[in-house]
Amino acid sequence: MSLDDLYRELILDHYRNPRNFGRLPEANTSVHLKNPTCGDEIDLQLLVADGRIVRAAFSGQGCSISQASASMMTEAITGKSVEEARAILEDFERMMHGEAVLRDMGDLASLEGVARFPVRIKCALLAWEGLDKSLKQIVNPAGK
Amino acid sequence: MLDVEGIRNDFPILARQVHGKPLVYLDSAATSQKPRQVLETLREYYEEYNSNVHRGIHALAEKATERYEAARERVARFIGAAGPQNIIFTRNTTEAINLVAYAWARPRLHEGDEILLTPMEHHSNLIPWQLVARSTGARLRYVQLTPDGRIDWTSFLALLGPKTRLVAVTHVSNVLGTINPVREMVAAAHRVGALVLVDGAQSVPHMPVDVRELDCDFLAFSGHKMLAPTGIGVLYGKEEVLEEMEPFLGGGEMIGEVTLESATWRELPWKFEAGTPNIAGAIALAAACDYLDALGREEVYRHGLELAEYALRRLQEIDGVTLYGPGPGVARGALVAFTMKGIHPHDISTILDQDGIAIRAGHHCAQPLHRWLNVPATARASFYIYNTCGDIDSLVQSLYRAREYFEYVLR
Repeated sequence: MSLDDLYRELILDHYRNPRNFGRLPEANTSVHLKNPTCGDEIDLQLLVADGRIVRAAFSGQGCSISQASASMMTEAITGKSVEEARAILEDFERMMHGEAVLRDMGDLASLEGVARFPVRIKCALLAWEGLDKSLKQIVNPAGK
Repeated sequence: MLDVEGIRNDFPILARQVHGKPLVYLDSAATSQKPRQVLETLREYYEEYNSNVHRGIHALAEKATERYEAARERVARFIGAAGPQNIIFTRNTTEAINLVAYAWARPRLHEGDEILLTPMEHHSNLIPWQLVARSTGARLRYVQLTPDGRIDWTSFLALLGPKTRLVAVTHVSNVLGTINPVREMVAAAHRVGALVLVDGAQSVPHMPVDVRELDCDFLAFSGHKMLAPTGIGVLYGKEEVLEEMEPFLGGGEMIGEVTLESATWRELPWKFEAGTPNIAGAIALAAACDYLDALGREEVYRHGLELAEYALRRLQEIDGVTLYGPGPGVARGALVAFTMKGIHPHDISTILDQDGIAIRAGHHCAQPLHRWLNVPATARASFYIYNTCGDIDSLVQSLYRAREYFEYVLR
């Protein structure tokens, strides 16, 4: 286990230049996530049309892992159907549990090393918790 | 001067390695490490006279009771209390403060009453009062802080008035390191008829604290931050105040005579100790008091101050580091909170951990203070009797390494 496993250049790149950062006025889902133990915060917004994520945007503050994970996630789910997004979410969770994943995870693969830093896994998962909530809002807009 | 090398030999955990590097423990404000002398009392109790207190009529129970009550007297002496009747054993500082919130404040406070707090309180000296305010209608008022994180005296005096029933204040801030002028605050509060609760979690382990000199009405602190195990804490209260209070928890141990309908309470301090207490913890806390007194409380304070001053100086040398709380040359607690431009405190902590260095990162259970500081989180290095300037050199070296890692981000 070394720091190079954790702080890949790609992660730091997303941390420095987060993609899809900002607010999405036309969004139809909006969730706020906060990790009360460390104070990391993420606001995630999705614009979904015909069961497809047309755009995703996030804003927030926190450590490199939480913010890079959110940035990569918005890229990974843009253009995907709600079902595909859920499948990516499940694969990402598997990856964080140290399990092998068949899908090409793209930039997200750079977060694989986080699985070996147990206290940081929840940082990586914060945005995905937001995705889970957002997808539930779409599937069940009344929240029932 | 403390014999730090000798002290370090008393702490078995300091010999261990973390990620293949010698442990550099800079998180004593969260919990301190424990010396053999304290650990030995735990072993001795459980192996030689484990028994319940105050009820058995046999040799072991007698010894356990004697040692438990001797521990109470030892703790009373440690903080200058009049006697054991002032010392209530709790689980920790939080429980001690909650005891006062439930048993003193709730039955007495009403709409129109005020509790005076500071924005630098740990959540444990904040949430209990928010709950009291919610249930009684009392109002919470907050003293202003100076830009370097000290209590603004003018604001304190302005807020103090006939409506003030209680001032609840930390003696030493667990983030800023500020030492608050508790004695002066108590005197001012008493002039308007308010009581004062002092959160001593970060002061009692690190400096001489004398409750009769402070004249505070309550003092709460934890054993685990002062070399003792977790699960043992203390509430000191003035006798006349404790006497007026109803019990906090009901159960065995705290009763006089019980009928099906009612009961009478035992005298102080047992009125507040329902159920089997943390017997071993209390006895170990007494051993921790012995250990600290043998070193000299003034010496312990000086050592912590020296380390904090050295850390302030060394950290200032690093580009992009911001320090919080009073600057060098001001009396302070044995800790330093800081941030580094472009590197979140969690990332700092992870990188330091790989070098065997344990610090704390986050909001340190003081979210309102971090809002005041206008940062979501800070990194905190805290020191105790077993730390050296070499530990701080390791910290600084590792922080430079963190910068190297984040060079890309900082460019």
